[in-house]
Amino acid sequence: MLGEGIIKGMVETARNFVGSYSDPERLVTVEFPEEKVPAKENARNFPFLLFDGDDAAKGLRCVACQICEKECPPQCIYIVKSKDKKPDYVGKPQFYPAVFDIDVSVCMSCQICVEVCPFEAIKMDTEFELSNSDRFGGLLLDKGRLAKSNEYYHKIHSTEATEVDARLAAEKAKIEAKAKADAEAKAAAAAAPKPTLKPPGPDSAK
Amino acid sequence: MIIGDFFKGLFLMIWRVATDQPNPKTDLLAVFPDWAQPVISAVLTVSPILVVFATLFALTTLLERKGLGRIQNRLGPNRVGPFGILQPVADGLKMLTKEDIVPRSADALVHFLAPVVLAVPTMLAFAVIPYGHNLVPVDMDAGILFFFAVGASTELAIFMAGWSSRNKYSLLGAMRAIAQMISYEIPLIISSVSVIMIAGSLSPVGIVEQQGRYMLGGLVPHWFVLTPWGLAGFLIFLIASLAESNRSPFDIPEAESELIAGHLTEYSGFKYALFFMAEYFGMFAVSGLAVTLFLGGWHAPFEFLEIVPSYIWFFAKLMALVCLFIWVRGTVPRLRVDQLLNFAWKFMLPLSLLNLVVAGVWRFTAVWDFPGAVLGRWILCAVLIGVPYVLLGRTLSGSKKVTQRIYRFAE
Repeated sequence: MLGEGIIKGMVETARNFVGSYSDPERLVTVEFPEEKVPAKENARNFPFLLFDGDDAAKGLRCVACQICEKECPPQCIYIVKSKDKKPDYVGKPQFYPAVFDIDVSVCMSCQICVEVCPFEAIKMDTEFELSNSDRFGGLLLDKGRLAKSNEYYHKIHSTEATEVDARLAAEKAKIEAKAKADAEAKAAAAAAPKPTLKPPGPDSAK
Repeated sequence: MIIGDFFKGLFLMIWRVATDQPNPKTDLLAVFPDWAQPVISAVLTVSPILVVFATLFALTTLLERKGLGRIQNRLGPNRVGPFGILQPVADGLKMLTKEDIVPRSADALVHFLAPVVLAVPTMLAFAVIPYGHNLVPVDMDAGILFFFAVGASTELAIFMAGWSSRNKYSLLGAMRAIAQMISYEIPLIISSVSVIMIAGSLSPVGIVEQQGRYMLGGLVPHWFVLTPWGLAGFLIFLIASLAESNRSPFDIPEAESELIAGHLTEYSGFKYALFFMAEYFGMFAVSGLAVTLFLGGWHAPFEFLEIVPSYIWFFAKLMALVCLFIWVRGTVPRLRVDQLLNFAWKFMLPLSLLNLVVAGVWRFTAVWDFPGAVLGRWILCAVLIGVPYVLLGRTLSGSKKVTQRIYRFAE
């Protein structure tokens, strides 16, 4: 009969109306500034720079290779390479970025910088409360604002961070093992009677 | 001395209005010289109407947003003031401070006049509605006729707005509005004609007085809605008034998903607010008329509740109807234009004409005097209106069979 569907619909909306007062589970609204839901593990918006340890200046993983700068489709990354070098996580001297800026008003969150980085130095962040009264300077994030600790990375993307840490540790162990083997070989060579005119092997060149 | 009389008169006026006594204004008017009395009297009548309905408008916008929110399991506005009750104030301030944009190619004069021309008749319609026992702004003999006359002139304003904006969406919206309002004006008027036939009066006051009796020991009021023709007429009136006030599911003139905002597209700032206000005022006016015609006006539902001031009953019924409108808006999706017009001409119009006949049958079977006459009369009228309802509804909804769609060439 005509009108039956309307009655059914009205009953349904009435049930919603009453239910929303009696059963708070129905209300899906999260009242944002007061309550926040934690970001999903796979959430990502803008890149940040990772550093190890406590000191951002000392532990920054970026070696200013500028691959991300060149690959960035909207060209929002600006890097100035340092003149001097500082030791990286395995102790090897590397360049570091004297200036590293990302203009997040230009960034399109494509994550290509993260994918091309060979040093696991740039990752995607979940921080979204970036509103600013200064749309130029306020959205141009410098090295200081971009640098975030490895602990923070673990907090926002724990699975990914664990995997990255394992890979880096394995790499470091490999290098250390190699260094140890080299040292042992060297010691053995020193202990042995001095050979005459032994050509320098590939090990000692390192 | 004069100041003392003035305040005494003012106090007496408020006291008499609050307690339902006749002639509340006389003492206050006596303070003023004879030549000023008609003007002062008119101001005293008009200003409460404007204040009350403007407040009601603010309340209803909040109620609507809150109610629709809850219907959709949302919270609704809750930021401005406790529970968001100051939201209308914030909305009003926003509307007042917004820039008033007039399109360069618009007809500036008509564009400016349209909201004014719309607001005036919607407010005029309030003049003839009896709000309480002694609260009738203008007691006209042909009040119902006046109401429909000014109500019909809103169509002109809407078309003025659509035409002068020089915007295709505005014009489309305005043309839809004309088609819709003219189509639904007819069932609206015919369904109230049945009340006029039974009451034998075009005066809203007279119609309300006829509904002031009670049956079965004061428990059943003699409202017209409690008769077969009255119930059918009330439902037809309600549906037609939804369409008249451009409310969902008949909001196709400003269908925001198709026409941006229809005739409101090129309006901003306070002109937009005027349109918005006129729409709500129109809804209040037409609900007020529905209360007057079918729901017993300012009469209490039970005889022992007549001690409660009459205007409270009127506004309680009015708000109940407004809540029903909000409820319907939260439930029913928008109709298509062809569905809308089919519904008006193929369903509402025949049914409302038939309702006239049923009202006549009801009127002439009143003289029946045999055992079971009341029941027989009820059944006869209910069948007379119920059977055509089912049959017409079947032709309207059952004409198309929904079948599995076959894609002959895409296989």
